[in-house]
Amino acid sequence: MERYSAFALLKHALGGHRHWPQAWRSPELKSQYDVVIIGGGGHGLATAYYLAKIHGISNVAVLEKGWLGGGNTGRNTAVSRSNYFYPESTRFYEHSLKAYEGLGRELNFNIMLSQIGIINLACSRHELEIFRRWATAIQVQGVDSEVLSREQIAAMVPLLNMSAGARYPVHGGFIQRRGGISRHDAVAWGYARAASNLGVDIIQNCEVTGIEVSESRVRGVRTSRGNVRTDKLGMAVAGHSTVVAAMAGVKLPIVSQTLQAMVSEPVKPCLDHVVMSPMVHCYISQSDRGEIVIGGGADTHPSYGQRGSLQSTEAVLNAAVELYPMLSRMKLMRQWGGIVDIAPDASPIVSKTPVTGFYISTGWGTGGYKAIPAGGEALAHTIAHDAPHPLVEPFSLDRFARGRLIDEGAAAGVAH
Amino acid sequence: MMRIECPWCGSRSEDEFLCGGQSHIARPDPAAASDDEWAAYLYQRDNPKGPHHERWLHRFGCGQWFNMARDTVSHEILAVYPMTAPKPELLDVPGGEA
Repeated sequence: MERYSAFALLKHALGGHRHWPQAWRSPELKSQYDVVIIGGGGHGLATAYYLAKIHGISNVAVLEKGWLGGGNTGRNTAVSRSNYFYPESTRFYEHSLKAYEGLGRELNFNIMLSQIGIINLACSRHELEIFRRWATAIQVQGVDSEVLSREQIAAMVPLLNMSAGARYPVHGGFIQRRGGISRHDAVAWGYARAASNLGVDIIQNCEVTGIEVSESRVRGVRTSRGNVRTDKLGMAVAGHSTVVAAMAGVKLPIVSQTLQAMVSEPVKPCLDHVVMSPMVHCYISQSDRGEIVIGGGADTHPSYGQRGSLQSTEAVLNAAVELYPMLSRMKLMRQWGGIVDIAPDASPIVSKTPVTGFYISTGWGTGGYKAIPAGGEALAHTIAHDAPHPLVEPFSLDRFARGRLIDEGAAAGVAH
Repeated sequence: MMRIECPWCGSRSEDEFLCGGQSHIARPDPAAASDDEWAAYLYQRDNPKGPHHERWLHRFGCGQWFNMARDTVSHEILAVYPMTAPKPELLDVPGGEA
């Protein structure tokens, strides 16, 4: 692997940039691997990378039915944060945020992380009280978080409608200053390049059509490019978790719904925070290209159609235009949908399953992107040791039968 | 955007309705069910890619619940039927999987 550096850039400039090597290999699928990962998004690629790097297991294949990062990794709004309520969640997401802070250097790939800070807006006195409790819970766990007054927010986000007649008055809020945005494609590509360099085979356009299970053990997978024998199978297929798990005979507590996002035409820099408003469920940021990135809540019915319903688009844009009146004059450039797998407690499931050798990473809901480094590390550990990583012990599949739910949906008052 | 045929109000826009999730879930006897059976009843759902039987509420209309069979990929509505009616046969379901 040729390292990316200022020197390499200069060297290749002399050759007219015609001789850059491929970022990752495109090998043929072999008939046997020590570990097979289904899903070539951020989580699957990160899992393969950490299997090779931390656990020395490099006879690994990542099978992707489409192209790398073409699922939810390429459809999210690229936000990283660790402002959760429960210690189990904060511990996990803080581990992930710390990994993001060093990820560009670790992977030798610029993920364009901008820690611009994430502000949550309280639109009522009561919501501000809940936010004080939430922000304090985060501080107690040693993670940065700070309550902001209405005046502080007005100074930080001049686009907000702070007029007396505002439909959604801003009473205050809280900020996690280390939160931010990054380039989602770069995260997938960076992990792919680093994993490939360590010997991992990345196979695109390879759909898994069946899972071979006998005597409650994984024996292999059937794919559109032939059969593969393996004893250990990891699943990281956001949006299709129940479909793929069913191939191994495992039923999951997951419902799939569409989550949409949209971007405006690009404009000059005017917004230097990610601003969320949980009550009206709309959040915005500005990308490095100048587009205003807008997201909101998931569609309310089960769906595998990667489109998003017009009523959700309208609801999100109504809220966005009320909160940021200048947006009303802008053109919406693109709108898209991804399928998110949501667990009953809005927390992930990284776990062993009743089938030996079948490991799952699912239930990332509307917030899987921020979890990529920690999710990959945790699934790799779980696969390598056939035992859960300490960070994800609380996020096991059997927590539902034990009643040990981690209800972030209720605690944070918003899906994520 | 779906047009939904409410059994009482007729064809209305999707935004008048709320999906209540999977229908026809049988409640096991709480005294006899194991923890796993009870957790499955509470949390596990079919979540199919294709035809799905589900409950809907006409919340900004008549306020009545009813059942619907709907394709989760195309969002095509395959049948609308009363809450207490059995699952309809969906013999002429086109495709399903996309």
